[in-house]
Amino acid sequence: MQRIVIFGATSGIAEATAREFAKEGTSFVLVGRDVEALGDIGADLKVRGAGSVEILPSELSDVDALPKLCADVGVKLGGIDVAIIAHGVLPDQEACEASADTLLDVLKINTLSPAVLMTELAQLMLSQGSGTIVVLSSVAGDRGRPSNYVYGASKALLSVLGEGMALKLKGRGVNLLVVKPGFVDTKMTADFRKGALWASAAQVGASIVTAVKAGKSGVIYTPRWWQLIMLVIKLAPEFVVRRL
Amino acid sequence: MQNETEVRRANWGNYPDEAQRLVSRRSRHESLAIEPGEMLLPYGAGRSYGDSCLNTGGVLLGTSALDRFIAFDRDTGLLTCEAGVALASIIELALPHGWFLPVTPGTKFVTLGGAIANDVHGKNHHVEGTLGRHVVSFELLTSDGVRRVCSASENTDLFAATIGGLGLTGLVTSATIRLKRVASPFLSGVSTKFDNLDAFFELSAAAAGTHEYTVSWIDCLSSGASLGRGIFMAANQASAEEAEAAGAKAPRSLPLFVPIMPPVSMVNQLTLKPFNWAYYHRQRAQQVTRLWHYNGFHYPLDAIAHWNRIYGPKGFLQYQCVVPTADQETVSRALLEEISRSGQGSFLVVFKTFGAKASPGLLSFPMEGATLALDFPIRGPSTFALLDRLDALVVEAGGRIYPAKDARMSGETFRRGYPKLEEFMKFVDPQFSSSFGRRVMRG
Repeated sequence: MQRIVIFGATSGIAEATAREFAKEGTSFVLVGRDVEALGDIGADLKVRGAGSVEILPSELSDVDALPKLCADVGVKLGGIDVAIIAHGVLPDQEACEASADTLLDVLKINTLSPAVLMTELAQLMLSQGSGTIVVLSSVAGDRGRPSNYVYGASKALLSVLGEGMALKLKGRGVNLLVVKPGFVDTKMTADFRKGALWASAAQVGASIVTAVKAGKSGVIYTPRWWQLIMLVIKLAPEFVVRRL
Repeated sequence: MQNETEVRRANWGNYPDEAQRLVSRRSRHESLAIEPGEMLLPYGAGRSYGDSCLNTGGVLLGTSALDRFIAFDRDTGLLTCEAGVALASIIELALPHGWFLPVTPGTKFVTLGGAIANDVHGKNHHVEGTLGRHVVSFELLTSDGVRRVCSASENTDLFAATIGGLGLTGLVTSATIRLKRVASPFLSGVSTKFDNLDAFFELSAAAAGTHEYTVSWIDCLSSGASLGRGIFMAANQASAEEAEAAGAKAPRSLPLFVPIMPPVSMVNQLTLKPFNWAYYHRQRAQQVTRLWHYNGFHYPLDAIAHWNRIYGPKGFLQYQCVVPTADQETVSRALLEEISRSGQGSFLVVFKTFGAKASPGLLSFPMEGATLALDFPIRGPSTFALLDRLDALVVEAGGRIYPAKDARMSGETFRRGYPKLEEFMKFVDPQFSSSFGRRVMRG
């Protein structure tokens, strides 16, 4: 039986990932703010086979409280096999350009909070001698584009931190996966018109579970062909990126 | 409105194709928050063929995010889930524990909410009736902001109006259904070739007492002495021993799909005749015993994603009618003669008899008799005229047309087919409406 904690468990991708894991009798701790939604998700996971589900209401932007939160989760589950860090917002780009306070709020929830959790969880898992940390980053962090560079920047730090940590942790029993989804049809993107490049949360969740089970560490793109798209975008000259 | 997108081709038949405003529900607890005068229609998977899942000029309440299970009792088979859960998800959850849908339509990609709103039937109608008979209860959210639990003992009139009520009585947010015990994912039975319509009715009557599932495919181009020839399939849930003895394994599903819409329908006079001939003659023996995986038996078309695209951009009409038992043989013959003479129609012609189990909904489609379902690529006015002629035969015999498949029947045809319409109208929510309802329900 696996023991899994999900930070930001109401995220569409996190929920889809949890559904896959639930089939195997997994024990879950779900961390987030919206208690009603967490309760609904917990009930769903139980029907799908979860061994146990505990809801832990928590304000994840309260960075100072996170070390204790991680320790509590470790005690509750009696060790952590997989930790999924999924919280984050898709900010209003223009509002962030107009106000440094707004920008800081976004960085706190999208960047600082996950970075603290990654650090704490890595320590915890090193002392266990095993575990996998999954961090949801984004292809948007691969290059700064005028339309969404705040969101991109908030994820870019996670990508680089995670990439480095994964290498550092190699051979010490702890895996760290940086997941870079492309366009995914979730609550976060409900207002977008969907086209051929869009994937479902279920597809992304399934590929995360596959990667965790295969013991992968480092950066993965999902769906995989986004790696090619992003390679092209990373190599594209500035006059092209300006239009994106 | 927040969370709003514009969608095209929102129904399965691609006709009519009118832009729709789709607002996705975020949770089953969310209120409706309607603006005055705004007309709403619940929208599940968009698998209704015509305009019963469209609300042109109004708003579609998308339920794709209402896809959570709420409770499942593995001992009793009682399942409670949100209305946007697909039947495929229910099977995936329940089958490993020995449970299956008590009644299933020909695709598992519909939502439970949609299945209730259309009071769907399956190949076991003569044994289990419609799905509505297996719905224990549901929660209905109406435009006055009230949530009511409806069941056979609570809010019974709304229960009867909402089952088969085409989404017009409010939004079903969650429902409880009773699943059926099965011993394996397989069905065992026989596949029998028959030469004409009389032979079909003989086979059907004989199988009604011995087989839970019956259905037949018909060659809609055959005529004369072989009018109505086809292949009759009768099956029962296979026992675990039967499945094992036959070495049954779940077939590997190939990722088949129709990638793009061809510029014209691929179902036409050039392709139809050879296909039907080959399909009829593919089975050499008069009768063969078979073991089917449930996917192949119940959902053969689900194996081909976007199969509706083969009819091209003009779309297609599906036609499904039922004719009461008394006249089923003569009227079925007349219908098939009309279709055969027209040379229209398609590969996908399904014929079966419904049993006597009463449908629970005021607007439920099934009644005891013979039901015929087939596709027609839209070739212009001649297609519509043909279907009007079929309507006349059906209505004259006291039969009716299935709203889930319809995009063109007249208001009169609908009203004559559904005598409880007046009673139903009392339960229509004042802020719920559909393109179909506006077209046929008011005289």
